[in-house]
Amino acid sequence: MLGKKKIKTSLFRAVFVLLAFFLFANVASVGSVAKFFDHKAYAQEESADGGEEAAAPAEEAVDDNVWKPIAPPVLEAKDYPVISGVNSRIAVWIVAQLHLFFGAFVLAVPIFVWVIELIGVMTKDPRYDHMAHEFMKVAMTGFSLSASFGGLLTMLLIVLYPQFMEYMVSVFGKVMIIYALMFFAESFFVYTYYYGWDRMTAGGNKKLHLFLGLGVNAAGLVIMLLANSWTAFMMAPAGLGDNGAFLGDTWAAIAGPLWGPLNLHRFIANIAYGGSITAAYAAYKVLTTKDAREKAHYDWMGYTSFFVTMAGLLPLPFAGYWLTKEIYGYSQQMGITLMGGVFAWLFIIQAVLIGALFLSSNYYLWCSLGRTNGGDRYSFMIAPIGTVILIAFLMWFTPHTLIMSAGELAQIGDAHHPVLGFFGVMAAKNTAVNILLLATFCSFQIFSRANKKAVGDGFWQKNGTAVQTGLYIAAATNIIALGVYSYFIPAAVRIGLSVPQVCTTLVVLVGGTIIDVLMFKGSREVGEMKWGNMPVRSQYALFLLAVSFTWLMGLMGYVRSGIRQHWHVYTVFRDNSVNAFTPTLPFAANMVTLIVIIFVALVLFMFWMPILASKKKKDPAALEEEPALETGN
Amino acid sequence: MRDLFPILIFSLLVMFGYAGFVTFGIPLIVPAPPPVEEKLSGDITMEQYVAIGDKIFHGKGTCTLCHNTTGHRAPILEMASSDGEPVGVRAAERIKDPRYQGEAMNGEEYLHESLVDPSAFVVAGYGKTGTNDTVSPMPSVNKGAIGLSDVEMGAVIAYLQSAAGVDITVALPTGEAPADDGEEEEVTVAANAQEAFDKFGCSACHMHPLIDEGGDIGPDLGKVGATAGSRVIGLTAEQFIAQSIIKPNAVIAEGFDADTMPDDFAESMTVSELNMLVDAVLHPDKKPDQEPDSTEGE
Repeated sequence: MLGKKKIKTSLFRAVFVLLAFFLFANVASVGSVAKFFDHKAYAQEESADGGEEAAAPAEEAVDDNVWKPIAPPVLEAKDYPVISGVNSRIAVWIVAQLHLFFGAFVLAVPIFVWVIELIGVMTKDPRYDHMAHEFMKVAMTGFSLSASFGGLLTMLLIVLYPQFMEYMVSVFGKVMIIYALMFFAESFFVYTYYYGWDRMTAGGNKKLHLFLGLGVNAAGLVIMLLANSWTAFMMAPAGLGDNGAFLGDTWAAIAGPLWGPLNLHRFIANIAYGGSITAAYAAYKVLTTKDAREKAHYDWMGYTSFFVTMAGLLPLPFAGYWLTKEIYGYSQQMGITLMGGVFAWLFIIQAVLIGALFLSSNYYLWCSLGRTNGGDRYSFMIAPIGTVILIAFLMWFTPHTLIMSAGELAQIGDAHHPVLGFFGVMAAKNTAVNILLLATFCSFQIFSRANKKAVGDGFWQKNGTAVQTGLYIAAATNIIALGVYSYFIPAAVRIGLSVPQVCTTLVVLVGGTIIDVLMFKGSREVGEMKWGNMPVRSQYALFLLAVSFTWLMGLMGYVRSGIRQHWHVYTVFRDNSVNAFTPTLPFAANMVTLIVIIFVALVLFMFWMPILASKKKKDPAALEEEPALETGN
Repeated sequence: MRDLFPILIFSLLVMFGYAGFVTFGIPLIVPAPPPVEEKLSGDITMEQYVAIGDKIFHGKGTCTLCHNTTGHRAPILEMASSDGEPVGVRAAERIKDPRYQGEAMNGEEYLHESLVDPSAFVVAGYGKTGTNDTVSPMPSVNKGAIGLSDVEMGAVIAYLQSAAGVDITVALPTGEAPADDGEEEEVTVAANAQEAFDKFGCSACHMHPLIDEGGDIGPDLGKVGATAGSRVIGLTAEQFIAQSIIKPNAVIAEGFDADTMPDDFAESMTVSELNMLVDAVLHPDKKPDQEPDSTEGE
């Protein structure tokens, strides 16, 4: 039996190594695309300044049997197929957004599942492994839903926008095939990773299992990067001749000016988003389970998910800044359409939503102090932190120009309020958002140390808190001083001051974390964590986090797509359909709400799946083997 | 399922709260419809050509995204400002600047060059970051997303020269005149706002102190001036009213329907008529004889 088992294992490993080889060969080919994607067939001669010469063969080629890159056609409204009773744009909007929601979720969850599993292996604590497995269980249905919506989206685009798809295929045909192949790789890794979990854990093959998890994430990452290249191309096309026809270098089309920042922004946002959805799952289980031990488990799971969300949420604004900066760099016109045109009010809405995210996050952390022995030592800080967050939020939320009645206008004498008007400009908003981040990080720091006491006579054990306090004061002073100073300098210089403000915040985030590590090395616990001992309202804070995040993602999807205005591919391929106009914000908000309602319904289905599966398989013996978490009872 | 109910209600309330805030808590701004190319022939007057340039400048050309006093990301062009005289005046001086590297020989050529090759001369302080004012962030307006035709660029130049009060040197477009029925229609220019209201049939839908018997299909023009400056970020009261006349669907006042007002006044209205109407809406109590002099013939 043992021999057979060994043969099986060897065979399995051989197949795996082969598949892994093919996968990474694909990935590598994307990395060295210059050769792989060089469309020699229609780029007759290589030219240093390419443009016109490379495009010319497309026009001059006499052999009609050779496929040529196409220039974007000039369409009329009648060229767009119509399905009776279906608004093409709305149909694509709904399906694309649902695909993105599930796609983001299933790309994010395996990342932190893998990290949690690794922590479990390193600490030899099976609770991490159990939790990681359960996260993956929740995500499994998401893979099917994401793929189903992806398939539907592709069909809708082919049926409703055939010329657009033909053009995109002319540029990204090879990438699309690789993209589809990557699903085979991801499916292989996902299924072996998930279904092989128990067997590999029990059989001591944890390293192989972790390697499979790495494969899931590598495949997922490549899928995301490739799909992002199409989106980035539509916003900022590259690799095209003057007539908009593809020049033959696919890498140039992929790595356009917005691809990098879009990748980073989506990657970080996906992690935060995935964390918020699993946090909602855990919150639901905390609220519905009666068993104290299970409640403790899911409270811990909720906290871990929340931690993941925070890890993504804190750096997310910086990635957003970079993306916006690159949009301005690519096209000032597009940048101003985004921030100063018809979408300007959208950023007030975004401020409200992000404010809700930060408020709910902080509230959850403050509630968490209650389940921590020793937490009461820091409860005095809640009120000042809350006040700072509220003030920062209100400053961020204040619009520059107020909409007033004639009477109000006459009373104030200006469209800008004499006092509040100062808070509406970027100088105040950059300051407010950095202070908001600092305050949230402070909440997180007091929670993470609530049940710890530094032990020893080392410098950091004795002075760590004082140094951190000094760091916060210095950082806040610097951020506010820069903010005030920026009122007195020209706009072009002012925008540059956001960089030192952001750097100051990052110094506190990184520096504060390092000091924590040094300070609490070998610390002793003040008391045990009372897992499961959380008020109901704290779990609703997690629901608020998940719903707000999802709604925000939908809204930002609208603006990201909307700044292309009446272009399928910005400046290259004009949208001449009857839907070429930019929808108003209220219309978009109602659309987003509708999509999120559909998403919530499907998420409930996704949550129900692991519950359905666990109803038959509950193994009390297995639970007994796992060390129990401290409960609040 | 019973456990789910409060969670679902809570989630729905959050979503509806956000949607409600967007719908009722912020002003409604209707984005402009996609621009269309102006079909021009040689059979237009210079006033009409200037009016079309005005329309392109504030619309399809997207010039005011940057060339405005709010963000001031680019030099102010239409009027005197901290950047100096209006660009129509200063254009002729630019080509004498030691930094100027272009090929223009006069003000009109300079303006044309600025539209198609904005980096030929970058005004100090307005260049791309790190380029020492050698590269302009402005796109070539005859390409890409804007894609103005030569005739449209000519209209913009005519508008900028008109706004600056200098001689309009740009030539009227030549080309096939649209087919007509053989009857010449005499174009008369309104002498004051009251005549302009009559000429363009404003009284059919609007009320105003200068209109004897107005309608209520459109907003009361005696009242809209008070809030015009705060309706759209980046547009002054004058710009907003002008936009509302030339592009009536750009922003629809609450309680009124879109697509009711004719959207071709840019073709039929002279700049002086437009200015008179804007002024009358902004200052509804001003008497007709207090109108500024017509700018005809400039």
